[in-house]
Amino acid sequence: MKRLRLFLPLGLFLVLSGFLLVGLRLDPQALPSALIDKPLPTFALPALGQDRVVDQAAVTGEVSLFNVWATWCASCRVEHPFLTRLADAGVPIYGINYKDEDAEALRWLDELGDPYRVSIVDAEGSLGLDLGVYGAPETYVVDTAGVIRYRHVGVVDERVWADILEPIVNELKREQLAGGPL
Amino acid sequence: MIPEFGHFALILSLGLALLLSIVPLLGSFRGDQKAMAMAPSLAIGQFVFVGIAFGCLVWSFIADDFSVALVANNSNSLMPAALKFAATWGNHEGSMVLWILFLSGWTAAVAVFSTALPLVLLSRVLSVLGFVAVGFLLFSLLTSNPFERLLPGVPQDGADLNPLLQDPGMIIHPPLLYMGYVGFSVAFAFAIAALMGGRLDASWARWSRPWTNAAWAFLSIGIMLGSWWAYYELGWGGWWFWDPVENASFMPWLAGTALIHSLAVTEKRGLFRSWTVLLAIFAFSLSLLGTFLVRSGVLTSVHAFAADPARGVFILAFLGIVVGGSLTLYALRAPAVQSRIGFEWISRESLLLLNNVVFLVATLTVLFGTLFPLITDALQLGKYSVGPPYFNAVFLPLMALLIPFMGVGPTSRWKRDATRRWVQELAAPAIAALVIGLVFPFVYGGEFNLWVMLAVILAGWLALAMLRDFAIRVRNAASLGAGLRRLPASYWGMQAAHLGFAITVVGVVLVSQYAVERDLKMSPGDVEEVAGYSFAFNSLEPVQGPNYVADGANFTVLRDGKPVAVLQPQKRRYLASGQIMTEAAIDAGAFRDIFIAMGEPLENGRAWAIRLHYKPFVRWIWAGAIAMALGGFLTLADRRYRRARQSVTAPTGGGLEAA
Repeated sequence: MKRLRLFLPLGLFLVLSGFLLVGLRLDPQALPSALIDKPLPTFALPALGQDRVVDQAAVTGEVSLFNVWATWCASCRVEHPFLTRLADAGVPIYGINYKDEDAEALRWLDELGDPYRVSIVDAEGSLGLDLGVYGAPETYVVDTAGVIRYRHVGVVDERVWADILEPIVNELKREQLAGGPL
Repeated sequence: MIPEFGHFALILSLGLALLLSIVPLLGSFRGDQKAMAMAPSLAIGQFVFVGIAFGCLVWSFIADDFSVALVANNSNSLMPAALKFAATWGNHEGSMVLWILFLSGWTAAVAVFSTALPLVLLSRVLSVLGFVAVGFLLFSLLTSNPFERLLPGVPQDGADLNPLLQDPGMIIHPPLLYMGYVGFSVAFAFAIAALMGGRLDASWARWSRPWTNAAWAFLSIGIMLGSWWAYYELGWGGWWFWDPVENASFMPWLAGTALIHSLAVTEKRGLFRSWTVLLAIFAFSLSLLGTFLVRSGVLTSVHAFAADPARGVFILAFLGIVVGGSLTLYALRAPAVQSRIGFEWISRESLLLLNNVVFLVATLTVLFGTLFPLITDALQLGKYSVGPPYFNAVFLPLMALLIPFMGVGPTSRWKRDATRRWVQELAAPAIAALVIGLVFPFVYGGEFNLWVMLAVILAGWLALAMLRDFAIRVRNAASLGAGLRRLPASYWGMQAAHLGFAITVVGVVLVSQYAVERDLKMSPGDVEEVAGYSFAFNSLEPVQGPNYVADGANFTVLRDGKPVAVLQPQKRRYLASGQIMTEAAIDAGAFRDIFIAMGEPLENGRAWAIRLHYKPFVRWIWAGAIAMALGGFLTLADRRYRRARQSVTAPTGGGLEAA
């Protein structure tokens, strides 16, 4: 019996190895949103620099990107020029100005250019909370029905766009033309 | 040609390691003296060839041989030579070679310094180390060949070393850390050899103690340098983040701390034998696990190496063989019978047992917290991670629980002691510590602070109980000097390490309670007041470095109108990679640091977000760690280990030793 007890460390180690083995197949970088394949949460928030309120219906209808940004976010500054190029190329991008000050945000867009169709003011972070935002910047791909189809955490640059986001956007557009499975 | 020489030398060392892991071990079971006697030469040969391979790799970096993929990806012709040297191990492949170099170094050191060990034991110890080397050499050669060439199409220049690593601290941090990590392999090898022979006695503990202490001391310094590096290089002013990679080095340290205390009991009293063996296996397993976590990509971390599942599978398989094999051996061979030697509850054994329990729980706590994201993900419970709040909530109370007993430890007696004696000897330091602790927050901070009070009481108790113990030990000596000289080196080492612990406790708690941090928008000409210091932003100018350009700020720090320091933080952009780095400027002091870091440019670069920190006692954290490491090294000077060697030589000594 005493001898059996000495096998305990070995048993524990085997359990641990099992987890490590499974862990090798998982990608810790992938942070799936709880909202993948669910519609955008409902909201009614002010539009940045405009005297109107935007709700989810006002920003759906097209395959578009939703970009969470803020002036306090250094990486947002990094991805901003690329977003502007995307917008110039005709990709619809909506901004979610996350936990920011309106004046600062407007000055930022003034200085750096405005790639957004409209920026939704999420000063309290309530929309961000519903979306499960980890931190700015994050970018969501939303289809014509207003359903979230993909979420990217971190900077969107040329490579991310070409390797990940563009194929998804194109796929969604094709679905739309074909009448779509959803 | 040089890289090919290196590659070839690495392959040759694999051949020697293979021989080392098989021939002497078989010889030891068949009583073949010649086979066993090969072990030391094979160990030294392996070290020589790994040394050649490492030298070739260093040469490739220094000589800017960008046809070597590793050099092209991690170095740049503009880097200073010292950084090119450090770039050798600032990446996965190169650091693996460094790992192997140290492993071979420790193996060769055992071969050279343990000639007095019984040949059977020595050959087994070296064989086990050889086996570990085989695993890592295969790993290096098969999955992470450092000498891979980029032919044809040699790049004009290298992609540069990650700017975070371009720092003098980075030159010495990984080597020291690896010295510690790998050093536990010696304790491990001794444990396995002892299990094979079925002789787990006091002499086994005495042989492995100096090696374990040395490894532990190296690891202490390595961790301390990592913390210091994070503090000044990451630019946040934090010094410990409970990041998986930090934990990977911290866990072996915690287990190692338990091990060195448990070894003391096994050596002096012959107790806790299976337990000590298990801890030796555990400490080294955690070193291996750390290697796995850092290099397989199963966990995210700010400074993990590039993830590669193939490497992960290899290390996991190797981990399974080494750890699974040794735990099986342990289960089959460890003495299951309780030793007849007993001890009472009030005794030094009990105190050391408590130390072991606390450090083991602490290790498991950190292990659990580190692997928690992996476990929940594997069980499909979702993506979670535990942050500093979890670690602090579990870790700090454990350490606080430890210290009251730690103060009693040195004064306590083996086998049987009396609480009445403890009270008699230690009441004075206890009361003095209480008084100092109660007064300190009011004197230093001007108001009551519970955590500061507790920390100062505990640290004061440790330090004063230690002084009291010195007094007890010299009271029968002719003079103070004579009494102190009579104390063995291992006693000095223990006291230095314990004092270091007290110093670190003070540093950790005081800096977390009294630090002041302000994030401000400042333009040249502005003056801000933080924690009694004025920070005058004098000017902003561009700086041209060897391989970066920077915005540099110039600050004068004043106290009561008198200048204290001129600080020049920078925001650097590295040319080759385009990465942006915050170079904090720090005015260091024994009782406080002043720390300035540049955040983001505002208003088109006319103003900057500036982070001003006042960090009291932050240096104490690292000073304490240095004292702990020093303590570990001091014990090596103990005469006991040399005497032990002689007494072992006598019965087994062949003609050579006798002559």
